[in-house]
Amino acid sequence: MADVLKKVPVREQDPKVRATNFEEVCYGYNQEEAMDEATRCINCKNAQCVKGCPVGIDIPAFIQQVKEGNIEEAYKIIGQSSALPAVCGRVCPQESQCEGKCIRGIKGEPVSIGKLERFVADYALENDIKPVGADKMNGHKVAVIGSGPAGLTCAGDLAKLGYEVTVFEALHELGGVLVYGIPEFRLPKLKVVAKEIDKVKELGVKFETNVVIGKSTTIDQLIEEEGFEAVFIGSGAGLPKFMGIPGENANGVFSANEYLTRSNLMKAFDDSYDTPIAAGKKVAVVGGGNVAMDAARTALRLGAEVHIVYRRSEEELPARVEEVHHAKEEGVQFDLLTNPVEILEENGWVTGIKCIRMELGEPDASGRRRPVAIEGSEFVIDVDTVIMSLGTSPNPLISSTTEGLEVNKWKCIVADEELGKTSKDGVYAGGDAVTGAATVILAMGAGKAGAQGIHEYLSNK
Amino acid sequence: MYKIRKAEKLADKIYLMDVEAPRVAKHCEPGQFVIVKMDDKGERIPLTICDYDREAGTITIVFQCVGASTEKMAMLKAGDSFRDFTGPLGCPSEFVEEDVESLKKKKILFVAGGVGAAPVYPQVKWMKEQGIDVDVIVGAKTKDMLILEPEMEAVAGNYYPCTDDGTYGHSGMVTTKIEKLVEEGNKYDVCVAIGPMIMMKFVCLLTKKLEIPTVVSMNPIMVDGTGMCGACRLHVGDEIKFACVDGPEFDGHLVNFDEAMKRQEMYRTEEGRAMLKLQEGDTHHGGCGHCGGDE
Repeated sequence: MADVLKKVPVREQDPKVRATNFEEVCYGYNQEEAMDEATRCINCKNAQCVKGCPVGIDIPAFIQQVKEGNIEEAYKIIGQSSALPAVCGRVCPQESQCEGKCIRGIKGEPVSIGKLERFVADYALENDIKPVGADKMNGHKVAVIGSGPAGLTCAGDLAKLGYEVTVFEALHELGGVLVYGIPEFRLPKLKVVAKEIDKVKELGVKFETNVVIGKSTTIDQLIEEEGFEAVFIGSGAGLPKFMGIPGENANGVFSANEYLTRSNLMKAFDDSYDTPIAAGKKVAVVGGGNVAMDAARTALRLGAEVHIVYRRSEEELPARVEEVHHAKEEGVQFDLLTNPVEILEENGWVTGIKCIRMELGEPDASGRRRPVAIEGSEFVIDVDTVIMSLGTSPNPLISSTTEGLEVNKWKCIVADEELGKTSKDGVYAGGDAVTGAATVILAMGAGKAGAQGIHEYLSNK
Repeated sequence: MYKIRKAEKLADKIYLMDVEAPRVAKHCEPGQFVIVKMDDKGERIPLTICDYDREAGTITIVFQCVGASTEKMAMLKAGDSFRDFTGPLGCPSEFVEEDVESLKKKKILFVAGGVGAAPVYPQVKWMKEQGIDVDVIVGAKTKDMLILEPEMEAVAGNYYPCTDDGTYGHSGMVTTKIEKLVEEGNKYDVCVAIGPMIMMKFVCLLTKKLEIPTVVSMNPIMVDGTGMCGACRLHVGDEIKFACVDGPEFDGHLVNFDEAMKRQEMYRTEEGRAMLKLQEGDTHHGGCGHCGGDE
């Protein structure tokens, strides 16, 4: 029997071994371990965990099914709320969502909800359990822009309601950040992402890749010329930020988006693919979010010595606790309270990064203690590669080519939270395109809301 | 999949293809480009749109073999397909938006270098369609390397071919021809120069001296081509621009060419290795045999 105070431990690849490959770090539970962990759930009547889940999965209900070994039943329960459980079980920040609210967490460790969800979803993928689609089509056509978590969720939900849905994707692969951003070692592409998307296809959703909305066609044309009655925009926040410091255009400076796209989407880490990557021998990754951790751990696997350069302290690192832990185990070095001021170059190539030490001052408006530079504390870290991971903002391509679509000063599309309604009739939006860079599960929540909004709109039309 | 309707060799290492891509053909304008990916393991390569047929739903691309990927692409025949073909990308040339009447009053000079004749062609053709005769200088190393000659001659007002070795047309670089035309009393209001970065740089140095506003089409390294990575970033004046979404056309007198050319070399070693691997096929063991090469 499981120790009620502690999670059933999950098997992982040895840090020394995994730092040299792109295989998944966490092996996940087997059925025995999952059923064991499931006994730790006390099936609360007023379950707090459900409130912590942005898509409101009936967590106690699915866990009770796992406890009894009815994995297919458990999958059906999750499927009512989530279109991508194999993804979310892996990448959600559960510590601040479902597991953060679990009663078990007060005296011991919370129930390992994410790992249980992952087990159930992987079981469904391995045993090819089909999702339940619509009984009949309702004759309405809806376009979804973007095949990331928001778009996939919205498309899946609408298909279940009987809509004829087409998803338009700008890149050559489906999945958005799930394929170009999150690395293979956290989220396997063929084994998990592609199969999860196949389940959305099985619901009848059509996909068209290589269509850049705003260029290949516009939202107005989709409505006027191609007969779509409503549109959901889930185009994400893919525009990278740079610091604007001297030397930033030197060879060897990359945005995390470029570095990760080359490695994840173009598979530059695999020699049989044509896209090159300048891996670097000594790499500085600037930033402290999940993307910074992903870039750092990717560079490490490509053979580099890697430093995370972050201007605040460890406590403020925005990345998931589990990922920071994994990065440290693998040998990523953390240079905290450190801020770059200049990138040094010789003949156009990076030779170092000049930084200044920081200390934490008074809390700012957001409540976080503001980092202040310590005068005269500049020093140089010798590196040949710098990866800028400072966050991203929405690409203005869609908003600038769609008449009557309101955006705020950060170029985020203005949409209401409950139903994703924008300033333009029949056009809904959600995910990072609305909120700016956030999490996969929040994007899924917004996709669900958008599907609900579109359903109400077309039902009343 | 995007089917190749026609594949033709224009000159040594330069190929032309007509590709079925109805969405691109419907919406493209002069100045824009596409990103192509040959097969599952291929890389994404930006190519300027050379021509388009909206009714047939095809796009004409012209490319020069400069590395492993383009060498492989050159082996494709009519009937084969590209796995991916995305576009149109980038902003159309500014004159597309301009008032045709005021455009007609301007004297415009187009300068193309090498395979740059391909992206210049749709712009000159567009001008012809508006009833505007423009001067066109096309430069190549030798006569054999001059491409799209009859097509260009058909749409240009005055057509001036140049060859570096004097085998055909004006003998010398495109810059000497520009100087000569100006000396002969031609007053140009705007110059559009497209070709290798080094050629665009020297055209810009000259036209700055001659006080002719000059537009260039930049061709930096790209990955996605939609503004999400910044691989194609360059300095235009004090600003950082992404060529794929802010360009590819910019004010040539503000572009930092030296930095841009340096950035083009970023993957020189990797590209060289890939090329060697392709040429040597199964006999490829990496490097020279002593240095460890790929390892």
